[in-house]
Amino acid sequence: MNFCPSVVRERAEVLSNTLVNSEYRHLVAACGPLAASAAPGQFFQLLCPASPGNAPFFRRPMSLYGADPAKRQVEFLYKVTGAGTRGLADLHPGDRLDMMGPLGRGFVLDPAWKSIVAVGRGAGLATLAPLAQAAQALGIAVTAILSARRPDLVVSDALFRSRGATVLTVTDTEGTSGPAHVEGLLRGLIGQGSCDAFFTCGSSRLLRVQQRLAREFNLPGSVAMEQQMACGLGMCFCCVRDFNVGGEIVHKRVCWDGPVFDVLEALP
Amino acid sequence: MMDRGTTDMAVTIGGVRLANPVMPASGTFAEGLSSVVDLNRLGALVTKTITRELRTGNPLPRVAEVDSGMLNAIGIPSKGVPYFLEHTLPLYRQWVPPLVVSISAPSAEHFAHLAAEVSVPGVTAIEANISCPNIEEDGKAFAMRATSTETVVRHLRAATSLPLWVKLTPNTGDMAEVAKAAEAAGADALVVANTILAMAIDLQTFKPRLGNVMGGLSGPAIKPIVLRQVYQCARAVRLPVIGCGGISTAADAAEYMLAGASAVQVGTATFLHPGAMIDVIDGLARFCALHGMASVTELVGAMKREEADEDDVTWAEPVA
Ligand SMILES: Cc1cc2nc3c(=O)[nH]c(=O)nc-3n(C[C@H](O)[C@H](O)[C@H](O)COP(=O)(O)OP(=O)(O)OC[C@H]3O[C@@H](n4cnc5c(N)ncnc54)[C@H](O)[C@@H]3O)c2cc1C
Ligand SMILES: Cc1cc2nc3c(=O)[nH]c(=O)nc-3n(C[C@H](O)[C@H](O)[C@H](O)COP(=O)(O)O)c2cc1C
Ligand code: FES
Repeated sequence: MNFCPSVVRERAEVLSNTLVNSEYRHLVAACGPLAASAAPGQFFQLLCPASPGNAPFFRRPMSLYGADPAKRQVEFLYKVTGAGTRGLADLHPGDRLDMMGPLGRGFVLDPAWKSIVAVGRGAGLATLAPLAQAAQALGIAVTAILSARRPDLVVSDALFRSRGATVLTVTDTEGTSGPAHVEGLLRGLIGQGSCDAFFTCGSSRLLRVQQRLAREFNLPGSVAMEQQMACGLGMCFCCVRDFNVGGEIVHKRVCWDGPVFDVLEALP
Repeated sequence: MMDRGTTDMAVTIGGVRLANPVMPASGTFAEGLSSVVDLNRLGALVTKTITRELRTGNPLPRVAEVDSGMLNAIGIPSKGVPYFLEHTLPLYRQWVPPLVVSISAPSAEHFAHLAAEVSVPGVTAIEANISCPNIEEDGKAFAMRATSTETVVRHLRAATSLPLWVKLTPNTGDMAEVAKAAEAAGADALVVANTILAMAIDLQTFKPRLGNVMGGLSGPAIKPIVLRQVYQCARAVRLPVIGCGGISTAADAAEYMLAGASAVQVGTATFLHPGAMIDVIDGLARFCALHGMASVTELVGAMKREEADEDDVTWAEPVA
């Protein structure tokens, strides 16, 4: 009998792992064809190397930042926060990264859409980034609203621009990242017919704004959610969150039922 | 040593023939694993514990990592028996290995009802998770004491004709007595064991690292403790003992079998390495072949324990 896995565990070769700004790193790894076929919104479970004093036990979930099936590569963009991501930061070209994926349900683009809006903050910008290429391939215009604490911490902006997206950055230091201001930007885009759907990740406040607008204008939307994970394969139930499905509160596993969910079902 | 041919990996556990002695531990396995590994290679499939009542599970965070292991307080988020019969059971029919259904209930009567309800075609054996709180004994787990173990296993035995595996808790001080009670009440096999009650505190926030404060420790950290308990149980009863606790490699599994386990369950290791069970099966086969064993059952209880002859003790001599 032939067994055909849809998820692989492999020891991918690190090609580069460079600092993007004071908080984020960009890692590129050479991998097999299955991993390189990962879709936007999907994620990998990375076994992070131990560094002195730190031995991360669980794998760490990391969104796909980019995939190239022809070159057989995957990319991650990650913020160094704790034991696991510090271990990742220590990887050098030529080292092996034990990764498992692609996992979860990613973003779905409707070819009938003419334009979409991606709204992200912090590490959520990494998750949204591969949408740019997928939308470009379908001829869908993208406006990206990228939110960060400071202008120098905005990530993914160059990638969005290189795929023809219009980029608006909003930051805390400039006082432009508040929900009211972002809502104003979104209303403007909806008013000029540039928003057939919302895509969001990384901010509960911005999610609430989009939920309001999605209801008011009857627009579809997707949100990528985060939750601590152990197995990443729907087996351990540690990653459940509450969702509102038709007025009823149900538990869903972020790793298996998501990480991408209907914007109206998510509870920020 | 030389490879002396292949080893028969089949084992029989309480009337159930398994192609090999390796299976998942309840609650650490679901159909999602089939996207990474071929489930038909496993000795058996074991479901997450199901309950009669609908449960949602415990508050977040439900897991925390500790040195060489993890804490969990998942609770038992169960969708109930009808859901199991209508959805889970048909789904598992696509795989060949025997299906073992793990059940739990808050009283002996409820346990018996549930065992009867899941004794349906497609289910090969029942694993009774009696490490759960017994409402008739102030929430103390059934398997903490020999008396409550005997009562619940008698009820279960009367309620089903399927092979009955009984999963014990490592948190009792009376492992061998509890094992004997389960045997006397009609169990067909013992699973040793569930997680060890433990906790951890975050030094930045001063908060417990589990929403539930306490939870179960699993993974490599518990292996030496549970290995000892398997040894104690295997010596106390004639029933087959299934070892479960911190097994990640074939070497771990071999150690358990030498201590007296007739089969093993792999839990936490699968979270880190989805192919862990396959590696254990292949590695165990190689290990047995290397030792010229015709059957993997030759490993069971084969630990050599000779009393050292005082005259033989040479290592204590100081080197000049
Ligand atoms: C589906 C998904 C995709 C993600 N994609 C990205 C990404 O592309 N870039 C990025 O920078 N970050 C991403 N994250 C967050 C990333 O997983 C965490 O930053 C990382 O796990 C932190 O690990 P640590 O050991 O460095 O931190 P620690 O704080 O030491 O981690 C302790 C534990 O908490 C978990 N944890 C901590 N923060 C998070 C979090 N935000 N989400 C889930 N678990 C967490 C860890 O996995 C670990 O189990 C994603 C999370 C999820 C669930
Ligand atoms: C996340 C998680 C969920 C579990 N759920 C159950 C369960 O539903 N029923 C049960 O009998 N044991 C459950 N267990 C215990 C395991 O089956 C096993 O006994 C224990 O984890 C020790 O084995 P390990 O060290 O190989 O993980 C669970 C363990 C974990 C880590
Ligand atoms: S991480 Fe295990 S179920 Fe989602």
